[in-house]
Amino acid sequence: MHGFDDWALTLAVFIPLVGAAVMLLVPRAEEELCKGIALVTSVATLGIGIAILFDYDYDKRGLQYTLDKKWIDVIHSRYQVGIDGISLPLLILSMVIVVLVVVYSWNHFPEPHNPKAFLILILILEVGMNGTFVAQDLILFFVFFEVVLLPMYFMIGVWGGEQRQYAAIKFFLFTLFGSALMILGFLALYFKGGESFSIPYLIAHAEAAMPHNVALLIFGGLFMGFAIKVPMFPFHTWLPDAHTQAPTQGSVILAAILLKLGTYGFIRIAIPILPQAAHSWAPWIGGLAVVGIIYGALGCLAQTDMKRLIAFSSVAHMGFVMLGISTLTPLGINAAVFGMVAHGFITGMLFFVAGSLKDRYHTLDMKRLGGLLLQSPHMGWILGFCCMASLGLPGLAGFWGEFPAILAAYNPAKGLSAPLFRSYMVIASIGTVFAAGYLLWMLQRVAFGTPKEEWEHHHIDFGMHWPEWASWLPLLAAIVAFGLLPGLLFHVTDPAIHAVVATIGK
Amino acid sequence: VFHQPFVDYHAFAPEIVLTGVLVTLLLVDLVFEERARRATSTIAGLGLLGALIPVFTLAWNGHDRALFGGAYVVDNFSLVLKALFLVAGYVTVLISTDYIGEGDYYEGEYYFLLLSSILGMTVMASARDLISIFIALETLSIPAYLLAGWRKRDLKGNEASLKYYLLGVFATGVMLYGMSLIFGVTHSTVLTEIHGALAAKGSTSVPIVTVGILFVIIGFAFKVSAVPFHAWAPDTYEGAPTPITAFLSVASKAAGFVALMTLVFISFDGRSDVWQPLFWVLSAVTMTVGNLIALRQTNVVRMLAYSSVAQAGYMLAPFAVATHAGRSDAIEAMVTYLVIYAAMNLGAFAVVMAVARKTRSAEKSSYGGLFEYAPGLAVLLAVFFFALAGIPPLGGWYAKLVIFRIFLDKPTGWGVALGVILAVNSVVGLFYYASIAREAFMRPVPDDGDRAPIRIPAALGSALALCAVATLVVGVVPQVVARFAHLAPFGS
Repeated sequence: MHGFDDWALTLAVFIPLVGAAVMLLVPRAEEELCKGIALVTSVATLGIGIAILFDYDYDKRGLQYTLDKKWIDVIHSRYQVGIDGISLPLLILSMVIVVLVVVYSWNHFPEPHNPKAFLILILILEVGMNGTFVAQDLILFFVFFEVVLLPMYFMIGVWGGEQRQYAAIKFFLFTLFGSALMILGFLALYFKGGESFSIPYLIAHAEAAMPHNVALLIFGGLFMGFAIKVPMFPFHTWLPDAHTQAPTQGSVILAAILLKLGTYGFIRIAIPILPQAAHSWAPWIGGLAVVGIIYGALGCLAQTDMKRLIAFSSVAHMGFVMLGISTLTPLGINAAVFGMVAHGFITGMLFFVAGSLKDRYHTLDMKRLGGLLLQSPHMGWILGFCCMASLGLPGLAGFWGEFPAILAAYNPAKGLSAPLFRSYMVIASIGTVFAAGYLLWMLQRVAFGTPKEEWEHHHIDFGMHWPEWASWLPLLAAIVAFGLLPGLLFHVTDPAIHAVVATIGK
Repeated sequence: VFHQPFVDYHAFAPEIVLTGVLVTLLLVDLVFEERARRATSTIAGLGLLGALIPVFTLAWNGHDRALFGGAYVVDNFSLVLKALFLVAGYVTVLISTDYIGEGDYYEGEYYFLLLSSILGMTVMASARDLISIFIALETLSIPAYLLAGWRKRDLKGNEASLKYYLLGVFATGVMLYGMSLIFGVTHSTVLTEIHGALAAKGSTSVPIVTVGILFVIIGFAFKVSAVPFHAWAPDTYEGAPTPITAFLSVASKAAGFVALMTLVFISFDGRSDVWQPLFWVLSAVTMTVGNLIALRQTNVVRMLAYSSVAQAGYMLAPFAVATHAGRSDAIEAMVTYLVIYAAMNLGAFAVVMAVARKTRSAEKSSYGGLFEYAPGLAVLLAVFFFALAGIPPLGGWYAKLVIFRIFLDKPTGWGVALGVILAVNSVVGLFYYASIAREAFMRPVPDDGDRAPIRIPAALGSALALCAVATLVVGVVPQVVARFAHLAPFGS
């Protein structure tokens, strides 16, 4: 298996690119062929992922499947990839979501149609996402981190809703601003941290080599890059627009994976490379996180559009993830990674349902919706199930992201103010009550009651199509499975997270 | 007693080949007249590629050659830039072929002047003496004044040429005055000797030297269209034939940068207290003003003109922070930027020309719905414009990265501040670069509703392909450019 060990991650990143290149050669009219190529490509990529899952050594702490080749000699940047227990779940999540999105797309191509271009963009997105999760070199990470921008810009801007052009450029400008400061931070790390872009090397050497105030500044640059992507309050304003205007598939990918690039950046780069600076920043990060939780929840309660409500709920949920990270404890970061994966499943699912509702009603204005359970019991119950999962009902995946994060705030890392984090804990707990409030409120308005009169004379097909079943069932199963057996995931993440936290204690 | 100077013909081979091609072009046009119309562009293109051969043999041969007492030097720096000028010139010929052939223009003369200008540039890459720099500058500028007004029945064309000429001559005057002051103080025109003489002067003659340096730099600031000396650029760019606009914004600008690099880093090396603050301000103002005005443009060519002003601001930035020790890195960064910028910007202009073949317009609104009737061209447009914005994995990101690198190697407060200004500016830049893509991908076809596909002639198509491949390859494997730029910095 030596060859596979070396090249598995490279294949996982670039198979989608090959698929996209092949699709370029297919005429636009051959829609079935395009869909076929996209499906085969994404399934093949997932195949690599599954092979890695079987082959991965779950007891080892360090990086696996590493490959280190020359890339840009002149600036000492290398093609260095590898995964550990933090990257693995997110990498698999990204592969799974892409397959499901391609399946869902089968009969759900938004206007102006053009499946060829749409699927090519999805595959290029996958290159960027998978690449970000495996990159172990800062420049390589930066490139993959940015590769997702263009396809998402076009996906929102071409296939999106009424305000799509505004939403697309807003998304683009916000993230680009963050990454411009982030790259300054990366370069400063290079010069101050020992002339290397290698993440493992920098983890071992960087912070010792520089004064604390420089580390604080660099962390600030990285913070801007990642916090905008997450997005944390007050940098979240691009998110509701982007989510609301994006086509269903775009929203799903955005919520399920792109937001994780930011939180992943914190756990992979910012915290382990600059643990002392992270320690100094942690109270602020935790503060912004709980503000985000409450603000996101209040934002939800003010929405009339279902998709916009789900978008704001993402702000709140990512607040829990960031709170977990800011405690700098193994429990908190484990919860954060779990929260990332769970949010990927659950919010992805919510956006799928919202998209399918929009296909049928052509509106998501909650004033006009109602009685979904009568019109389409299947969809109504699935929506109800997702709401329960999202509000953190024990037994479903959402619980294991929120509850341990709150718990971890009771006892933050050594040196962090316990009273402060305990207040955060209290506020976050109130946030969970809000979460139950807005999700149940949404469920009530969309699914309960009787359908509004205006729909009486519309002949809407409420039957679920096979692509919907095929793309939703795996997600629903995952929500239950990880809810009942959280150890499945904690077992993978825990060793790697202990390695991260160990850097803080140094 | 006059000693005939030793002439190393190998060192001069690229220029000799170019001169030969120039003469051939004139003769062919003279002898065959109309029958040769189509042949001239082929001769010019092949000639430029032919001139690349001695550049390669010189590079293969390896050692640096200094002629005429150090006034003319062939080293890696000059070879890398000569190759850039020749390739950029070749792409210009490719995009000119059909534009010039289809219009009612003279052809033989057009290529004659274009190649003369390129000849001036190749000389500029080797010139290490005030007089040879001046001659190179005039050789590359005077044909460019004429080319800018090539559409002589068009009023805008006349305006383009006249403005470019008047401001160009004025700048040359200022620069010459600066050079004369420097010469007066140092009694030499050779750059390395000027460096020595200035060092020996120490703290005497400070005002004259300062004025001299300022004037020389300002003279070239016109050439690279740095704010506030950029006023000619938008009108000239709009009125000139589009291939010439592309040529001016890439090759002519690069020639200005070459002269600045040799002058500043060889002659004025010891006086960084004079030029560093000047370049800091020039760079910050140029990128900011260029970007802000570009935001408001509705004509794509004018937008690209201001974009090229902003890009000049990025390229000037290394001057503002480069110390003596960081000189090599600064040169490397600027050469990298020049090469990548050439590929992106020539590509962007090639797309503009291809679209204009159908729409006969460079207004932004005429790009509506391009993705529907010409998807391939629309994708290329996205590639070049987002590359200019610096979005990975398209080439431009690496160019910006190497500039950022300069700021953070031994960072100073001023350096980091300029870095942050540059970072903010690249976000502003994205907005207008993306606005063209928005028009092409997200807006409907304009009312007259012509959805006929665009036919792209072979020459223009190959230029597009060349630039696209270069932009993508550099974005994914920057090492291909970085390696050459790494060799470029001159010794001493």
